[in-house]
Amino acid sequence: MSMQISAAAAVGRPGVNIAIFAGFVVVTLAIVLKVSRRNASATDFYAGGRNFTGAQNGVALAGDYLSAASFLGIAGAIAVYGYDGFLFSIGFLVAWLVALLLVAELLRNTGRFTMADVLSFRLRQRPVRTAAGISTLIVTFFYLLAQMAGAGGLVALLLGIESKSGQGLVIAVVGLIMIAYVLIGGMKGTTWVQIIKATLLVIGAGVMTFWVLSKYGFNLSSLLGDAVDKGGKGGAALLDPGKQYGKTSVTKLDFLSLGLALVLGTAGLPHVLMRFYTVPSAREARRSVVWAIWLIGIFYLFTLILGFGAAALVGPTKILGAPGKVNSAAPLLAYELGGTILLGIIAAVAFATILAVVAGLAITASASFAHDVYNTVIKKGKVSGEEEVRVARITVVVIGVIAILGGILANGQNVAFLVALAFAIAASANLPTIIYSLFWRRFNTRGALWSIYGGLGSCLVLIAFSPVVSGKAPVAGKSPSMFTDPSIDFHWFPLDNPGLVTIPLSFVLGIVGTLSSRERSDDAKFAEMEVRSLTGAGAEKPVQH
Amino acid sequence: MSSTSDRPPTGAPPPLGDGYVLVSNSDDFAALRRTFRRFVFPMTALFLLWYALYVLLSNYAHGFMSTKVAGNIHLGLVLSLLQFVSTFAITILYARWADHTFDPAAAELSERVLAHGISEREQS
Repeated sequence: MSMQISAAAAVGRPGVNIAIFAGFVVVTLAIVLKVSRRNASATDFYAGGRNFTGAQNGVALAGDYLSAASFLGIAGAIAVYGYDGFLFSIGFLVAWLVALLLVAELLRNTGRFTMADVLSFRLRQRPVRTAAGISTLIVTFFYLLAQMAGAGGLVALLLGIESKSGQGLVIAVVGLIMIAYVLIGGMKGTTWVQIIKATLLVIGAGVMTFWVLSKYGFNLSSLLGDAVDKGGKGGAALLDPGKQYGKTSVTKLDFLSLGLALVLGTAGLPHVLMRFYTVPSAREARRSVVWAIWLIGIFYLFTLILGFGAAALVGPTKILGAPGKVNSAAPLLAYELGGTILLGIIAAVAFATILAVVAGLAITASASFAHDVYNTVIKKGKVSGEEEVRVARITVVVIGVIAILGGILANGQNVAFLVALAFAIAASANLPTIIYSLFWRRFNTRGALWSIYGGLGSCLVLIAFSPVVSGKAPVAGKSPSMFTDPSIDFHWFPLDNPGLVTIPLSFVLGIVGTLSSRERSDDAKFAEMEVRSLTGAGAEKPVQH
Repeated sequence: MSSTSDRPPTGAPPPLGDGYVLVSNSDDFAALRRTFRRFVFPMTALFLLWYALYVLLSNYAHGFMSTKVAGNIHLGLVLSLLQFVSTFAITILYARWADHTFDPAAAELSERVLAHGISEREQS
């Protein structure tokens, strides 16, 4: 799923695309202004006053989760790689069962605003919170960069802006709108943006799915048959596994690694976890995951039809020849089906997706910095909620600027690599400590620190020396790695995704660290955490208005 | 400590934080924890194994996954769709179990904790 931009004209009419997107921004900004008159307290700003219903938060979770990588990336991957592309959808969906069964409700009952609240609950506050805060910021940063880099590729396709500086300008506009949403709306406004965007996205994908199926008399088999015929030589391989990952035993290992990172990453993503604090109770947190699973599952079923529909109606040659390459499958299909207007709508939805996901990430990172790093670690917990929110707002602006600059620099980089990296880090650095601190009495501070820093560090090192950064076999003189110059090659780790090594490593480090330390777990605090997580006694209450 | 000793004490207020420790040591809480783990752990193992099986088949059994089932629909696609079915099914099962079996027991214990009083933990 590379996002290299080649000079080519836009599809459809850029004016229509921009007008529809501008309409979305105006409507959502008005709603954000209306819903967020109260945003002074930390609970309002970080958790929307904990007054969202399970259904609302479920739709918002789907909004946070269905990023540009899900929508454009998966539809494109299925169009070009067929079956292997669909494996992404399955990993992304099954992962929610980890959140549903093991994490969501217990986290809601135990924590307050951030993932670190739970990780540091019964361990030594400052070191564990620092570690959890750092891993939150790093996961969020890579996720953020992926979304912003994706915006650059979309711009080329949909707005016909070919120059890098023009694309940079659009990335800056996206970043500024995002800052406005979060500053004005806090978690409440951001949640409403997610709800609107998720609704539009699921309806848009649903309409396109229905449209594609109606062209084939609602016969899946004849749609697949047409996709095979259009695919020419490689067409027959679309329906079976292995087209993308089946080449060698190393690519097969890479696929296992990706599968592991996807299924264990979701329940460690800080921006997903933070959403569980926006509802009044664990029961509503459960409802929200149930809603999210249905919406996300149905959406991924749509992507199957959209992907094969794009293969059949647009064809892989045209998709790979378009600016944005694989990522252009869904917009090109929209143009093929409904012309300029449908393309404009889908393009606007895709932009809205990037915008909303970026806003969700920004509020997570700012909460983690202000609440975990600034207040607890630097100021030793002596800062008032209002002061903390003030720092969080400044952080939002800083993060927005970093995201804009990073997005401009990363424009043209491979989006999937950044997202898969975020999942691998979340699964390695966060999930083991979440699971151990909830379920293992003996777990202690050293175990948490070894697991978080070990998972985080090993991920970053292995990625840096993997083929995604340097040393992939060149195609037409350019390497598909981050360093496109084929003469730069310092990779020694064979896999694109480090999860297969780093996730088990982090789980083991948690055990070894714990057992090697003489620190005994605090029994009273463990009792409190266990009773509180299961019964909800003493859990944070919603704000009464 | 047996559950009969968990009655809220009369007279002087209990020491802060007492509620959690008391309930944590009660038989009723041990039963709640057992109920929870007996449902959630096997279910987690089940879906992870089923997912692992699917990933391994997709990776190492291409011939088997390419078996034609009906028209252009191959076994691999059928198993993919079954992953969706099993995810939805586990979601429904868990939500029903949690609403009807787990929540009432948890709510009862939660009241018992609060009746004993809990410490206002220094939370930042």
